[in-house]
Amino acid sequence: MPPRIQIISILICVFLVAYVFELVRRKHLSEEYSMGWLITGTLMLILSVSEGALKWVSGLVGATLFTSTLFFFGLLFLMIICLHFSIRISALTKQVRILTQHVGILDHEKKVLEKKINQPPWQTGTSRLEQI
Amino acid sequence: METLSYQTFKSQTQSQKTSVVIQEDDTAETFSSQEPLTKQPKILIIIPAYNEEKNIGSVLEDIQKQSLGFPILVINDGSSDNTEKIALEHNAEVISLPYNSGYGVALQTGFLYAVKNNFSIVVQMDSDGQHDPENIKDLLEEIQKENCDVVIGSRFLSAASYKTSLARHAGMWLFGSIASLICGQKVTDPTSGFQALKGRAIQFAASDNYPPDYPDADFIILMNRCGFKIKEVPVTMHASPEKESMHHGHKTIYYVFKMFLSIFVTLLRKSPKR
Repeated sequence: MPPRIQIISILICVFLVAYVFELVRRKHLSEEYSMGWLITGTLMLILSVSEGALKWVSGLVGATLFTSTLFFFGLLFLMIICLHFSIRISALTKQVRILTQHVGILDHEKKVLEKKINQPPWQTGTSRLEQI
Repeated sequence: METLSYQTFKSQTQSQKTSVVIQEDDTAETFSSQEPLTKQPKILIIIPAYNEEKNIGSVLEDIQKQSLGFPILVINDGSSDNTEKIALEHNAEVISLPYNSGYGVALQTGFLYAVKNNFSIVVQMDSDGQHDPENIKDLLEEIQKENCDVVIGSRFLSAASYKTSLARHAGMWLFGSIASLICGQKVTDPTSGFQALKGRAIQFAASDNYPPDYPDADFIILMNRCGFKIKEVPVTMHASPEKESMHHGHKTIYYVFKMFLSIFVTLLRKSPKR
């Protein structure tokens, strides 16, 4: 692998791992979602530093260029993380939908109760305390 | 015990004043298709509405003219206009969702409300004036028969012709044919939003099985696979005034794709318990 691309690759990986740690420290990123980035960043860093490891993995996937191996795994990671986020978004959408429906029904019930409570007792035939 | 016919039921309900206050009938039970309705059913009309200030008033008035005496629940799907205000002015119960969540979500909110308040029959209809309230009694007559859980109001069984675009007509025919083939019974109008559901079918629609965006042919197939008895009755439908259909523009492509995918995975899945 040409030294220039190796240095750039190492720098990007180091920056990525450090930035993810910082985001977790500042609580901008939860531990759950940081795991994928940290594992990928570390693996890419190992492949960028160790030419032997990169050669072995390139042989394994049948890549002739070492840089292709890095791009291949980078893309693979992005695909996995996109799918993971789609699953999470689907689950969150469902949760928000359920919450929305319950908020709507509860709000309606609250208004009905408020209306009942604010009605004068001679209209309902019961005292306000009994209504409550 | 005598099975309640629609005529008996109508005479009972007509004696009530046309009130939209939710009935607090704790004796109401939920019924399955296996058991006839032997007590006075607790009926709710649900109408999902999104920015329908121009139509909702006349729709509610037309329903109230029928003197059915059932509570009407409008699910205001995050409208930015006066839909909620007008519905309240017309003495309807209104559930307002905090933001626009889509037709299926609004409709399911109505089913959740019906389950929570022990309604035994739910009639769903659109808020744009497309559905003729005169047909509510036809749906109710059919749903109260034995071996019937869902009644679909079909515009294509009616003598009056329904005018729509060729593409929409083709879509309805295609999904109707697929639903008919899978269900083993004729389904002429799978996209009809004019339906009546009874007992466990309401609970099923309020459950996780309900498609939250466009509950059409896929839900009919799912209900059929779960053993619910579905029937169709002819209804009059008018072309939707003022507004465009919810299946227009890029949404049409999504709708067709979603429906095919949903039908396919419905067939792959194990049928959920009723």
